[in-house]
Amino acid sequence: MEPIKESGYTREYPYEEISEQNNFKSLKKRKNKFIVGISIFFLTAYLALPILTSYTTILNTPVIGDISLVWIYSFLLFIMTWTLCMIYVKKANGFDKEAEKIKEDAVGEVTR
Amino acid sequence: MSGVGIFFFVAIVGLTLYVTYLASKRTNSASEFYTAGGGLTGWQNGIAIAGDYLSAASFLGIAGAIALFGFDGFFFSIGYLVAYLVVLYIVAEPLRNLGRYTLADMIAARFNQKKVRGAAAVSTITIVLFYMIAQLVGAGALIQLLLGIDYWIAVLIVGTMMTIYVLFGGMAATSWVQIIKAVLLMVGTVVISFLVLWKFNFNILGMFSEMKTATAHGEAYLHPGVRYTNGIDTISMMIALVLGTAGLPHILMRFFTVKDAKTARSSVVYATWIVGIFYILTIFLGFGAAAFVGSEQIVAANAAGNMAAPLLAEALGGDLLLSFVSAVAFATILAVVAGLVLSGASAFAHDLYGQIIKKGKVTEKEQMIAARSASIAVSVISIILALGAQNMNVAFLVSLAFCIAASANLPVIIYTIYWKRFSTTGALAAIVTGLVTALILVILSPNLWAADGSMLFTGEPLFPLTNPALVSVPAGFLGGWIGTLVGQRADLKKYAEVDVKATIGLK
Repeated sequence: MEPIKESGYTREYPYEEISEQNNFKSLKKRKNKFIVGISIFFLTAYLALPILTSYTTILNTPVIGDISLVWIYSFLLFIMTWTLCMIYVKKANGFDKEAEKIKEDAVGEVTR
Repeated sequence: MSGVGIFFFVAIVGLTLYVTYLASKRTNSASEFYTAGGGLTGWQNGIAIAGDYLSAASFLGIAGAIALFGFDGFFFSIGYLVAYLVVLYIVAEPLRNLGRYTLADMIAARFNQKKVRGAAAVSTITIVLFYMIAQLVGAGALIQLLLGIDYWIAVLIVGTMMTIYVLFGGMAATSWVQIIKAVLLMVGTVVISFLVLWKFNFNILGMFSEMKTATAHGEAYLHPGVRYTNGIDTISMMIALVLGTAGLPHILMRFFTVKDAKTARSSVVYATWIVGIFYILTIFLGFGAAAFVGSEQIVAANAAGNMAAPLLAEALGGDLLLSFVSAVAFATILAVVAGLVLSGASAFAHDLYGQIIKKGKVTEKEQMIAARSASIAVSVISIILALGAQNMNVAFLVSLAFCIAASANLPVIIYTIYWKRFSTTGALAAIVTGLVTALILVILSPNLWAADGSMLFTGEPLFPLTNPALVSVPAGFLGGWIGTLVGQRADLKKYAEVDVKATIGLK
């Protein structure tokens, strides 16, 4: 099957070579470790909420006045979302710099 | 309807049409049409993403659910918000790096075969249609209540408006309608929340204490379990919410509307703050409606609780605030359905017509004609379906859309990016298994079956869960895995390309 060619869209780079480069492998490994680790963390924290509310009454415990643990837990999930969102942006901007370097090398090779 | 009310409606309709007029002058290429030429700035796209999240279901639905069921209603706010992280961490960036306009683009970047692209486009169109019917049926019922006009006229008005925005202004107009609506919605929500807090003397602790006695549920109102008593069903629903949002086509499309990954990320930061604050405020909307309107009056106006927020606005701010909130609710519906039309049209015109039928050999002009024709087709089909679906349960349609998005789209997205051995057969199997399992299980579920005849069919449901995500999402993953085992070996050279593109954004 013919690959889709559209102007300015598909260009040929030595993808296999890049994927074997050490700097690419190292970037990918760290990126995946970060993404998988954090994803497991927030999905666990999130799914713990319906599991705890469905099978225990522990979250009904009052914490501040009549505000019970379930509201506090939910609020912490909000804080978690904001925090992880900003952590992602910071981390991804850092990865960008390394990606830029790999890209420049690759583009340089093609145009040479 | 009062003069003030008419003023707000005319002002909002006028403003959105003016924006569409401005956008129409620029919208003359496929890239302008589908992605506003990638020209939105971080904050513009951020507010627009927030707008896509803050649908009528969020504003009216969650406020109503919290008013009637206390904490159980708040589950939705949590689910939609955390879903953001799934979008950001797992989906957004590879999607941007590999795709151009649609989800099918991304999957076809690795499996460039007609049937895979076709399957991805069909699942997109299925999700869009169910979600759209739900929005239109809800919109029709709501506008009927707010303005006192007939259901079919209400659907036609909304349908015509959404077609105009998309047809003439494409993504630029749709985004600006979304931005206007998001700002108005935030203003309305902040004002109502402020008034609710004022009524509680700005004492949040006191508010919680008063809520213990304010409703018929008593103290249980503040605890989970008022509405969702089946643990497995609750967990299944939460899975659909958190994973389904990341597969909704109109949300995914937003990541193509900015120039680079950095801008895409900054737009997500804006959106997360806006959406998070909004969802916190839903507590005040819900509690306020329960305390100052009362569940009897809310249910009398609409059994699902959708009128809680407008009724609260009336109770606190009289006709002026009611009119404002009604107009904002109207704008909310318009903006979301316009985004849906656009994503449905892109699957039809770009994937099915442009890439499959014409094999990518289409001129700019042909692409525009196809995109506009597809927008009209998607609009007309959904208007007709919505007119016939007046008495359908909206919640069922929404849960179906989320379930398909989570089951048919998410497994194939994750495998495509992260699994080296994933093959063409696997991709096809993942989409088809997820889609079919979700559809069949919903058809057999308590959404359609009840022994007492209260649902469409009379009899015991064959599948016990209202929301089948707990079964259908793993089914999608399993389908992709088995398909990969039995089918041809994966093209490792192609994976190297996808891997490099997805990881460092090389295009």
